[in-house]
Amino acid sequence: MNFNKIYALGLRHLYLIMNSFPRVLDLIYWPTVQIFLWGFISKFFTLNSDYYSNTVGVILTAAILYDFLFRASISFNMMFLEEIWSRNFTNLFIAPIKISEIIVSLTLTAILRTLIGLVPAVLISIPLFGVSILELGPPLVLLLLALYLFGISLGLFVTSGLLRFGPSFENIAWASLFFLAPLGCIYYPIDILPNILQILAKGLPLVHIFEEMRSILLNESVNYSNIFISSIISVIYFVIGIIVFYASYFGAKKRGTLINMGE
Amino acid sequence: MFIQVKNLTKIYKDYLAVNKINFFIEKNKTIGLLGPNGCGKTTSIGMMLGLITPTSGDILINNKNLKSFSRDQILSRFNFASPYVELPKKLTVKQNLEIYGRLYGIENLSERINEISNDLDIKNFFDRKTGELSSGQKNRVSLAKALINKPEILLLDEPTASLDPDIGDFVRSYIQDYKSKNKVTILLASHNMSEVERLCDSIVMMRKGKIIDNGTCEELIKKHGRNNLEETFLKLARSRDEF
Repeated sequence: MNFNKIYALGLRHLYLIMNSFPRVLDLIYWPTVQIFLWGFISKFFTLNSDYYSNTVGVILTAAILYDFLFRASISFNMMFLEEIWSRNFTNLFIAPIKISEIIVSLTLTAILRTLIGLVPAVLISIPLFGVSILELGPPLVLLLLALYLFGISLGLFVTSGLLRFGPSFENIAWASLFFLAPLGCIYYPIDILPNILQILAKGLPLVHIFEEMRSILLNESVNYSNIFISSIISVIYFVIGIIVFYASYFGAKKRGTLINMGE
Repeated sequence: MFIQVKNLTKIYKDYLAVNKINFFIEKNKTIGLLGPNGCGKTTSIGMMLGLITPTSGDILINNKNLKSFSRDQILSRFNFASPYVELPKKLTVKQNLEIYGRLYGIENLSERINEISNDLDIKNFFDRKTGELSSGQKNRVSLAKALINKPEILLLDEPTASLDPDIGDFVRSYIQDYKSKNKVTILLASHNMSEVERLCDSIVMMRKGKIIDNGTCEELIKKHGRNNLEETFLKLARSRDEF
């Protein structure tokens, strides 16, 4: 691994953000709107639901964590799409950078994009709704890591699709997370799902992460085995994501789609 | 570095894009790859850049198979420019050169950027976004990126396409000058015959994925009984079953 090259690719995306105020605004705007929307919904449920009674911000915390996952995945996809949109794909893939270095760079840079969007929104939620995700305590770090890894894994699957099918796969990039959201049990317990879907849902780290989040906030108890399971599942998806990405890269080389890929 | 292409073939499903081509580029020489659109030039360049996996055949660099090099090991010695491939539009010229300089692991990067920017006369739009530049300016920036690592092998795909005669001449003069001052082996794909005559030591003519002739400009013109390279190209491109 050459960290100078990883940094160079990260710098490319950092410059892209720094050169455009509307781009920064766009990164901040959507998470902030989400926080406002779910903040008011959360407030309503807190006042009118037995399940959520006296537990301020469970829904809003879930919304923040889900947005973290969403931003991580979309950031990864967006950075890859930027190369296609700018017709820079060939230049990137003929540069002496390893595929592993590209993955590491996109993974690390996605953190930056995610935080630019989410930190202001999280800070707003404290004075406005009296909710802080820090109330989750030390397990928050582990939950965020598991979410981040899963978000990047989804990013890897989508970018693999872009390599395989070209820019026409772009719409899937946007739809990928909405597809999984119902099974993720983000805002409701897993018992709500029909039995067959419960089995599928348990194969996703999201269920374990959000069940644990609710358990911490509602019961004030931490079950580290839940966090461990979610982390293991996220790591499995991440490894599969890397394998699929490499397979798509070699497939794209065979089909000749790496050259002149662009809109 | 010298390049030898042996029986290089690319088949996409049932379409034969490149059909057992063989050619040799001597060290520090420039070879022109000519042929009508869709004849397999870009696919051949793609295979040499490692962007396309050949169906069969070999590309040897200094007698060593391209497959035996690691990606970063070989690509640091190559570079490529084409008007159909762009640099990130929202980044300034300086930022783009900095990023590619870092990706190519250039030492004393500021000096190198300064040197190449002066040579290609791009300093006066250094802080402008690449997407805001004219075709001629973009072309020179793209060439600066392609030369930032002082490549031992340079692949150029129609480097002066869509440029006005003045800028086109500037680019051709620059490449000619660069060649004389640096050790570089160049593969040039072009439809501009005067450019090919001016820059290339020899020519490979392709049609329908196959090499139909090769030699120096003078040899080919004489062999086919034409007055210039353009007429020779037209004769070869329009020929049907002779080759």
